Amino acid sequence: MLRRWFLIAVPYVWLLALFLVPFLIVFKISLSDAAIARPPYLPVFSWGDSIIDFIRELDFENFIFLTEDDLYWKAYLSSLQIALIATILTLLVGYPVAYAMARAPEHWRPTLMMLVILPFWTSFLIRVYSWMGILSTEGFLNQFLLWVGVISSPLQILNTDTAVYIGIVYTYLPFMILPIYATLDRLDGSLIEAAEDLGCSRASAFWLVTLPLSRPGIIAGCFLVFIPTIGEFVIPSLLGGSDTLMIGKVLWEEFFSNRDWPVASAVAVVLLLILIIPIVLFQRNQQKQAEADR
Amino acid sequence: MNRLSPFNIVSLTLGFAFLYIPMLILVIYSFNGGRLVTVWSGFSTKWYGELFQNEAFLDAALVTLKVAVISSTIAAVLGTMAAYVLVRGGRFLGRTLFSGMIYAPLVMPEVITGLSLLLLFIGIGLDRGVLTIVLAHTTFAMCYVSVVVSSRLVTFDRSLEEAALDLGATPFETFRLVTLPIIAPAVISGWLLAFTLSLDDLVIASFTSGPSSTTLPIKIYSAVRLGVSPEINALSTIMIGIVAVGVITASLVSKQQLIRAKRDEQEAARTE
Repeated sequence: MLRRWFLIAVPYVWLLALFLVPFLIVFKISLSDAAIARPPYLPVFSWGDSIIDFIRELDFENFIFLTEDDLYWKAYLSSLQIALIATILTLLVGYPVAYAMARAPEHWRPTLMMLVILPFWTSFLIRVYSWMGILSTEGFLNQFLLWVGVISSPLQILNTDTAVYIGIVYTYLPFMILPIYATLDRLDGSLIEAAEDLGCSRASAFWLVTLPLSRPGIIAGCFLVFIPTIGEFVIPSLLGGSDTLMIGKVLWEEFFSNRDWPVASAVAVVLLLILIIPIVLFQRNQQKQAEADR
Repeated sequence: MNRLSPFNIVSLTLGFAFLYIPMLILVIYSFNGGRLVTVWSGFSTKWYGELFQNEAFLDAALVTLKVAVISSTIAAVLGTMAAYVLVRGGRFLGRTLFSGMIYAPLVMPEVITGLSLLLLFIGIGLDRGVLTIVLAHTTFAMCYVSVVVSSRLVTFDRSLEEAALDLGATPFETFRLVTLPIIAPAVISGWLLAFTLSLDDLVIASFTSGPSSTTLPIKIYSAVRLGVSPEINALSTIMIGIVAVGVITASLVSKQQLIRAKRDEQEAARTE
């Protein structure tokens, strides 16, 4: 019995202390005033205060500030927009690859799987960085396009939103391919044969049978790309331009450059509230999937 | 479904070209002699030489390795415990909160995790350094470990444990002699995942590190923010090489094990 409590208590206390409590602190500091001091904020309440004092001194100044300065809501909206477009692009690139993998000869598949997973183990930072040399004005893509003769002067791709989209599609592609491949791999091939026997063309068999049956994988893949992309920092910071607005970058700058910790905390709280919706939807989709598999 | 149409072949080729060409260019150009990173000017390994002369990078690599080894080891232990509690723990007070805290860090934006941990460390007066990065990395890595291990525990045949208990083993002996050997591959892959996540992490480390504990990703980030540099290409090539060798070895080993397991099964079937 004692052992059971020990087993539960150790990871539980660890997570409470280093995951939940830090969150409550962020929430608390988002309600306090900025100060030029170390740490640069005034406490809302000290640990000894009562709940009533806390509620009385509560102010939502930082949240009101977020609504007044249009930088913030523009950054939230543009993060959502970039995440949405990038997710669709990743789906368009990833689906044909997953589909071809599922149709490849059986003995190829483990190797193909490994080739999809391998980049995931390589440093994210390095994978993003590798595009800097490709997309810059003297980079390989421009050299190639100039050589082919498609363009006559180099294009500005690095430090634009286009580069951010390329970076997201590139780094998150395995997250899209793997769940789609998993559903396509389990797909009963005789269903498609039946459809074709019944007079469907290959294209309409795909539209009417394969695509609807691979929907759980598509949904899972889209969420796996969409959710982390919203708060992405490295990609917009290295590939994006100064006008690329993403909330992860805004939070970072608010914290490290402006040193306004209360506003950074408020930005984090709102970002979390935005993320709750897709996270809950994703969980529900996964649960439904797990029940269907049983 | 074993017919590859031309369209399938094209999408496979383009897809994998897209995934691998950027890294290939990085590797090739790390052997470029010139300082200009996009113009080829002869084969040279001089950037590797410069890299190993650069003490700041070597120090950062040492800190990163130290953090990764310690945090992934603690995370493997805590994550396995957490997985055991999730799958076998039964009902206890706050179980929903517990499983929520296991899954939430997986989807939490790193900027939020980093910010919240920093505010905690400052709140309790802990100086930022190796210890704080280890604490931060352990926390999110243990969640990944517990997801990997619990997926193994779910498919685990419980009657093996029950048999051991019936035959007089104590619960601890049962865990050590029956459960642990079976879930060991999952614990090891969890450890590896935790290790690479820790090696890789820029955002959380930036929030939780102090001036004396710069990690390699922080160093790389501050170097590449200004543009492409040949030393970073060399460093990237080394890191890509280590990962490639590691993953390929691991997949060969597991393939061999699969073949051996199959052979053992056939053997067992024959002797029956």
